Amino acid sequence: MRPFDQISHAISRSRREFLRDAAGVTLGSTLLRSPLARAAAVSKNRKVVVITFGGGARDQVTFAPEGQGDVPNMMRNLIPRATFFTQVVNHGILGHYVATASLATGAYETINNFAGLPPENPTVFEYYRKELKRPSSDAWVVAPSNGFNHIGESSHRSFGPGLGARVILPKHLLTAAMGSGPANYEHLLRDNYETPYYTPELSGGEVELEQLENLLKLSVVDFKAHARTLSSPDELSVYIAKQLMRQVAPSLLWITMHDIDIAHAGTYSLYVEGIRRTDQLCAEVWKAIESEPEYSGKTTLLILPDFGRDSDEDAGGNGFQHHRTGDPLSRTTWLIAMGPGIREGVVHDRPVDSLDLVPTIGSMMGFSASLSKGRPITEIV
Amino acid sequence: MLPRELKADQFSSYPSEAKALAVENLAVLRELPLSFIPSLLREVIEFDYKFPAERNALERELANLSHLSSTERSDLMQGFSSITVSARLEHFDWVNFPAQFVEQLSAHLWTTHQLDTFRLAANAYADCLHAAVPAQAPPIPRLGITVVGASVDSYREPLFRKLRPHGAYFSDVVPENGLEALLAAVAERAKVHARPYAHWYIDGGESVAHSPSLTTVSYAALDPVRAALLRKMHAEIEKPGMGPEALRTTMAQLRPVDLGLGAPGNDVLDRFQVKLLTEGSGTQIFSTSFTQWAAREALRRAEPTTLLVRFAPRQRQKPMNELLSPDAGSAELDPVGSLIDADMGAYYNWLNQQRLPGAEVSAFLAWFEEHNSAVVIGPTVPRGTVSNKSTDMKQLLSWIV
Repeated sequence: MRPFDQISHAISRSRREFLRDAAGVTLGSTLLRSPLARAAAVSKNRKVVVITFGGGARDQVTFAPEGQGDVPNMMRNLIPRATFFTQVVNHGILGHYVATASLATGAYETINNFAGLPPENPTVFEYYRKELKRPSSDAWVVAPSNGFNHIGESSHRSFGPGLGARVILPKHLLTAAMGSGPANYEHLLRDNYETPYYTPELSGGEVELEQLENLLKLSVVDFKAHARTLSSPDELSVYIAKQLMRQVAPSLLWITMHDIDIAHAGTYSLYVEGIRRTDQLCAEVWKAIESEPEYSGKTTLLILPDFGRDSDEDAGGNGFQHHRTGDPLSRTTWLIAMGPGIREGVVHDRPVDSLDLVPTIGSMMGFSASLSKGRPITEIV
Repeated sequence: MLPRELKADQFSSYPSEAKALAVENLAVLRELPLSFIPSLLREVIEFDYKFPAERNALERELANLSHLSSTERSDLMQGFSSITVSARLEHFDWVNFPAQFVEQLSAHLWTTHQLDTFRLAANAYADCLHAAVPAQAPPIPRLGITVVGASVDSYREPLFRKLRPHGAYFSDVVPENGLEALLAAVAERAKVHARPYAHWYIDGGESVAHSPSLTTVSYAALDPVRAALLRKMHAEIEKPGMGPEALRTTMAQLRPVDLGLGAPGNDVLDRFQVKLLTEGSGTQIFSTSFTQWAAREALRRAEPTTLLVRFAPRQRQKPMNELLSPDAGSAELDPVGSLIDADMGAYYNWLNQQRLPGAEVSAFLAWFEEHNSAVVIGPTVPRGTVSNKSTDMKQLLSWIV
């Protein structure tokens, strides 16, 4: 075993031991494959919701023993009903946009993290829509910052234009809704924490303000009024996502969280606050899945960080603040999978690659991710 | 250009001492791989503005490389030599802009999936270097002190959880005159063991009265510098085509005089302070981030024998654009959030101190200012212990110094 693999394995083992004690989960390798899972593997009505738990969360404030108090909703409400993978390794570039694009394509993207470019490989949305001939209303992305406006559709010549997901950038919508009126919403408009001055021009296929009412059945006045009650950009994203689920009910919905990335400012308290908020929002999304008739009983929820953050022990980094060293802790994360046909309270500690997400969704929904470099995660398809 | 083509006159724009150092070591520089040499030149070009410990380490590193045979050097550089560098990077002016080259090399390593190979090569090189040129321990055991929680009236959550397993926790420390006692102890060490940049006091707010023999950095004293920097950042970002990478490059080129510093004879500390603000993340807006980063960089670069760090309340979080505005009014403070930041900062200060030579005999003390909690760590302090007996700061110091 290479040194990196040994450390990744150690990280996953500590998560497993902790989860077994704290959440009463069972080691997955001791179980037989579920016949229910097989039956539910491909269903025409199956829906998938993906949450990227970002940007970048370390073990210490999630599933390591000392982090348990920071993710109470996942510990109490989600993990016992989920299959949990302790060792999801991201071998790619650890920048939030490019890493999220890699998650969405199943291939390690090498696009400039700050250039506002579409992924080069086909996205999961394009595979889904092209192969199953689904309309554009059936695949959506809710993304945090303007830099993500191209995430729904690749530049791949066999896919690309017209085949991707529709993208909602809630902060962009709110900015448009604010117009020149009184500005009481700035706390929801924080953008890129790593390079705070970076606000790329929008030129993708994102939803515009005038479509808010038609699509989401939400007036600008109501949108602004509700936004005023929220405290962070991710809360705004989840609010829009729930509205989308209620009004449009897409079969493939991707929500990218980003509050945690405040860690780049070096303030530990705000980083932990971001983790706690994201934990709560994940539980809210699951609650919405269970309560919305279009989703209840037929939806798989997949939650995973885009990557981790640097370890305290790596002298080349500065602990939780960044994800620049490429050390094992910054590359090794986890995955929660829950929904019909997926075993509850099970933990697997075999290594899973970040790229495995797209082919896994393909197996669940009945399309092939032909250009993806990953492999379906057999335990949940 | 490749390293083997290096000529002495290519260092003509380097500051005088840096130029002399580079020319003196030209023969060995020519034999180093392109994936490695700019990292070394990034240090060389700053030689005139480095702390004594850094100058000494760099001279020893170059001497070590020079004393190796070609075969030994080739073996040492094997990992770096296996890194493929693009033609675009080969054509980059890495002699005059080594830091910018390293930044672009980093992006290249990520993109071409060579980062892990580079990490292994860098770690192997560092191990060999440390074995060949052992780091020099300080003349007296190092002492680190971190004071947290200024302006916090009460806090019920346990503090110093990450430090406690490494030392003794005291729950009944008499707080009166605590800070004065710490500053007096630091001043005494500076007086008895005087050396340039060996004894530091970093304050996240306004520094309190202290011995002039201490090297002092204070966030409040840098207010005009921060304001000047934010104005420059705003002006740059307004320019067409300005992206994050270009902004970073521009900031890296700022000199003390560009930001209102630059008093004669203060070059080294002024450069250090400017780098804290231009290279640190969050240091421009949050005093807790500044304080932690300043301590980290002081330890890494100056290797002080004594370091007293006092965290102060940072401003409350606001939208980034507002935080970064040079016109922002007086800020509302977040003392409790700052205490949580500082608690983690204290742990990082200890970790960074322990990375330095002499760690096995070094001592550390963290204290919740004006309150009763403290933790002390040292070679004779039993680990993971708790004492509820009443004590004071002088007594705590006497156990570890």
